[in-house]
Amino acid sequence: MFTCKAVWNKLAPLAPLARASSTLCRQGGKRAAVFRHERRPPLVQQAHMSSGPTGGGGENAIYLVLVGAACLGGGVYVYRTVSGDKARYEERVTQISSRLGSPAAQPDAPVKTQPEAAAEAASESTKASEPAPASTAAPVEPTPAVSEVPAHAPYLLIGGGTASFAAARSIRARDPGARVLIVTDEADLPYMRPPLSKELWFSDDPAVTETLRFKQWNGKERSIYFQPSSFYVSPMELESVENGGVAVLTGKKVVHMDVRGNKVKLSDGAEISYDKCLIATGGIPRNLQVIERASEEVAKRTTLFRKIEDFKALEKVSHELKSITIIGGGFLGSELACALGRRSADLGLEVVQMFPERGNMGKVLPEYLSNWTTEKVKKEGVKVLAEAVVKNVSYKDGQLEIKLKDGRAVKTDHIVAAVGLEPSVELAKSAGLEIDSDFGGFRVNAELQARSNIWVAGDAACFYDIKLGRRRVEHHDHAVVSGRLAGENMTGARKPYWHQSMFWSDLGPDVGYEAIGIVDSSLPTVGVFAKATAKDTPRAATEQSGTGIRSESETEAVAGPIAGPIAVGTAPAPPPQQKEDYGKGVIFYLRDKVVVGIVLWNVFNRMPIARKIIKDGEEHADLNEVAKLFNIHED
Amino acid sequence: MSYCKQEGKDRIIFVTKEDHEAPSNAELVEDDPNDPYEDHGLILPNGDINWNCPCLGGMASGPCGQQFKDAFSCFHYSKEEVKGSECVDYFRSMQECMQKYPELYPQEDDSESAPSGGAEAAPADSTSTDSASVSVPASEEAAAGTESPATS
Repeated sequence: MFTCKAVWNKLAPLAPLARASSTLCRQGGKRAAVFRHERRPPLVQQAHMSSGPTGGGGENAIYLVLVGAACLGGGVYVYRTVSGDKARYEERVTQISSRLGSPAAQPDAPVKTQPEAAAEAASESTKASEPAPASTAAPVEPTPAVSEVPAHAPYLLIGGGTASFAAARSIRARDPGARVLIVTDEADLPYMRPPLSKELWFSDDPAVTETLRFKQWNGKERSIYFQPSSFYVSPMELESVENGGVAVLTGKKVVHMDVRGNKVKLSDGAEISYDKCLIATGGIPRNLQVIERASEEVAKRTTLFRKIEDFKALEKVSHELKSITIIGGGFLGSELACALGRRSADLGLEVVQMFPERGNMGKVLPEYLSNWTTEKVKKEGVKVLAEAVVKNVSYKDGQLEIKLKDGRAVKTDHIVAAVGLEPSVELAKSAGLEIDSDFGGFRVNAELQARSNIWVAGDAACFYDIKLGRRRVEHHDHAVVSGRLAGENMTGARKPYWHQSMFWSDLGPDVGYEAIGIVDSSLPTVGVFAKATAKDTPRAATEQSGTGIRSESETEAVAGPIAGPIAVGTAPAPPPQQKEDYGKGVIFYLRDKVVVGIVLWNVFNRMPIARKIIKDGEEHADLNEVAKLFNIHED
Repeated sequence: MSYCKQEGKDRIIFVTKEDHEAPSNAELVEDDPNDPYEDHGLILPNGDINWNCPCLGGMASGPCGQQFKDAFSCFHYSKEEVKGSECVDYFRSMQECMQKYPELYPQEDDSESAPSGGAEAAPADSTSTDSASVSVPASEEAAAGTESPATS
């Protein structure tokens, strides 16, 4: 309460009253109605003490007058603050409810009456009441579809993403005739996410938002859906179909979990009992507080990018608008920036990317590499604003104005927020499952188990990695690996997380990297680099292995290069350049002298070696020798 | 010439091809072939088929998964002179099943080459021979190509 302090300072000269007035300030907000009464006793005591032994009558009178005046002044002040706050609060509520629009017609009424009562009792910051209107808007609107929900599913998978699909496949492979039910609140069948921020943007097909097919560099086309709809059985047939199968129940959200009764409840009230359950609920994109607090006009022009519908919306917007700003400098933000940047010339689109770090991927890559990467991103046509912290966002003259803390301002038509993922752990409460306080997500053991019949995989799982410690990983391959492992353990395998997952990112067609383990820029690193030739690009890598999803290049590439020097005909080396060019190389991330993470920079199809080094967990005296194993100079 | 520099906590080494020509003296820990935790290829150490192998794509988990497993198991354990000659019925029912799902199992000549491809893939994983590995690319593509995306 800033004004409180100012008032307090003014009253300070009245020394005997100093203590009383500070108490007044602190308690004024909370006990508006009661303060006067509260204050009296300590003051009376004070008066008693100060005037006890010595006090003359005249001094007492002046003292009482001063006290009375301070009382009155304080009372007037508090009254004004309370009513001022209330007015500000009412205005805020109307702003929020206008933003919620028609769907919130009902929640509006209870929301208004409830906080009004609260305002009576206490007028602390208005923030406390903000979650109330937000949460009433959260429940998914139940679809009007006929409720065709099976009563029981031997294997119930909550969530219809990558981890869930991988688990379904694993269960079906190991348990003949298994009946697997996937329940998802999305309208789509399980699909893979990486192309939404990469390959789909490079497609030449104008109908790509409908077909969702992307052409890999080698010309092979595939859909982002893992399987077409004919792969799945219908939910109602699941119990009767001869050899079992996988069924997907779309548009249904699991809202309650009864662990003792082994059943879940859906948003429309239907109940499904299970024998084994997997929670693969993933997460929802985080939003910036400044955008959440901004007006509805700003919210309408902001995309939180994660799902197919977000891709469709952004794709549409990229054709219609003149300027898009991406807030966030991590994987998603940088990939989208590069994807949009490439189109910027053709579309006449300005692409701006801003983030608080000093360079793109600042939290992942060591500083020198992050700076180099930022230059590459700029070459893709992106206006990069580093060390940018957003102070507020407003809608002015048909454009959004983003004001940064250091005074810079950006005018743009649309914002994409790529500032992280909030794991979806709403079921933890009803299920009685532990949530991890460090990493977020459901806390599970090394075998991805939360409780006897419940496993968690994917983005939402905070698991114990035997080699690297407790972590939570938000990458595609991890979803696949953990989903597969959960599926194996649901069918009795009892295996811990062992096969280290990898991740990859492309920043345009010329810079790509694959990584494995803990890749955190705060760790000490050792980078070993060579000069890149034209052959060392992501394009070449996928051409060689024949797949666009690089985590598959290990399993599908057959005659892949293995460690060991291969005698190759000497190609003329390009003349050494004066400027440092981090063309290709290997970067080791160390924790207590042990390699815990590796980035393969423009060096492809070497993941098995990297995986082996992490698995060994040995202390290597000379990492240059370890780097030799990767043959970075060869293709 | 290679050189090295330090930027704060990060060390950077630039190496030429010659620097990396000498074989590495880094020591790697020996792999235990019977490690129960390790992911295995198509064939498990005990000789069984690993149905969860990513190399199979979704063949063992799809609608025709059961038929595929029956056919392929029969072939794998077959001791006949012409391997798999007694498994014709299984392959026929598998093919019939696959014809019901043309979207999942595109009807090229893959259904014929899939079993022979599987056979090539099996020995290639355990002990690779030059001839086997040459035909494996074609068969892997067949096995994976009969189904769309094969993640996991």
